[in-house]
Amino acid sequence: MKFGIVTFPGSNCDVDAMHAVTDQLGQTAVSLWHRDHDTQGCDVLILPGGFSYGDALRAGAIARFSPIMQEVVAHAERGAPVIGICNGFQILCESHLLPGALMRNAGLKFVCDWVHVRVEGCAPMFLNSYQSGQVLRVPVAHGEGRFAADDATLDLLEGNGQVVFRYCDAAGHVTEASNPNGALRGIAGITNAAGNVLGMMPHPERAVESLLGSTDGLPLFESLLSRVGA
Amino acid sequence: MSRFRVSVHIVPRKGLLDPQGKAVTDALHALGFSDVADTRIGRHLVLDVKADSAAAAEVSVKAMCDKLLANPVTEDFEIVSTVTA
Repeated sequence: MKFGIVTFPGSNCDVDAMHAVTDQLGQTAVSLWHRDHDTQGCDVLILPGGFSYGDALRAGAIARFSPIMQEVVAHAERGAPVIGICNGFQILCESHLLPGALMRNAGLKFVCDWVHVRVEGCAPMFLNSYQSGQVLRVPVAHGEGRFAADDATLDLLEGNGQVVFRYCDAAGHVTEASNPNGALRGIAGITNAAGNVLGMMPHPERAVESLLGSTDGLPLFESLLSRVGA
Repeated sequence: MSRFRVSVHIVPRKGLLDPQGKAVTDALHALGFSDVADTRIGRHLVLDVKADSAAAAEVSVKAMCDKLLANPVTEDFEIVSTVTA
């Protein structure tokens, strides 16, 4: 399987994502520049974390208009997998590939910490190697991670099983104290209706080996292997 | 074609938590300004736009807001003034 990892000016988790899918998952990957018009036949595209365009205007607002994004949209419309992590999630929302938006953390502070999220919803492409209800320990690092959408959109997301990760405590209970940013309904990650575009604030690529403190992010990438094929 | 200076206010939509605004409201209350019920903190943009008329400049700025300057999910915008630049 071939991964394409997009680097925007200000991306800073692109190398981490590269390490996760090559060294840990054992797949091939290429780095794509935001000005590229070609995704080089990649099976999976990853929009990594960082601060594209210095978060000018709104996080992800400018990156959304980078030339590569036309290819990302076309890739998504073909039903092929796209993963947006942290800033990548913000870009996917700004691009309307995912509903909602990521707003300033409720506590106003940048949150850099380990959190727990519960696996939910229905997105076998990304969740196949997890158990439903499984609790993952993964890192977050963001200032604008408060997922927001109107009630109708939130109901639709929940009804369709598009909420795939929700902040919880170590026992899997969704509580106010376990929500690091005030995200509505504790939402940490969602997919599009077709289930091939995933956006999440936590960093699975930083939780792929015990040296990093957790391997809970690795099954996300393994799910792609088992569903999309090596 | 003339140039117009178009000012736009962009604020977090009512009903959505604005933590900066809440912090400022709390601070104002602490200072005794108890008559402040709410504060919304957004952005004020001043755009220098080439257009045939003030109305045309505003049409153009509205399109900019719809496409880039404001997030339709979380923000409301308002053109507050248009003057000859």
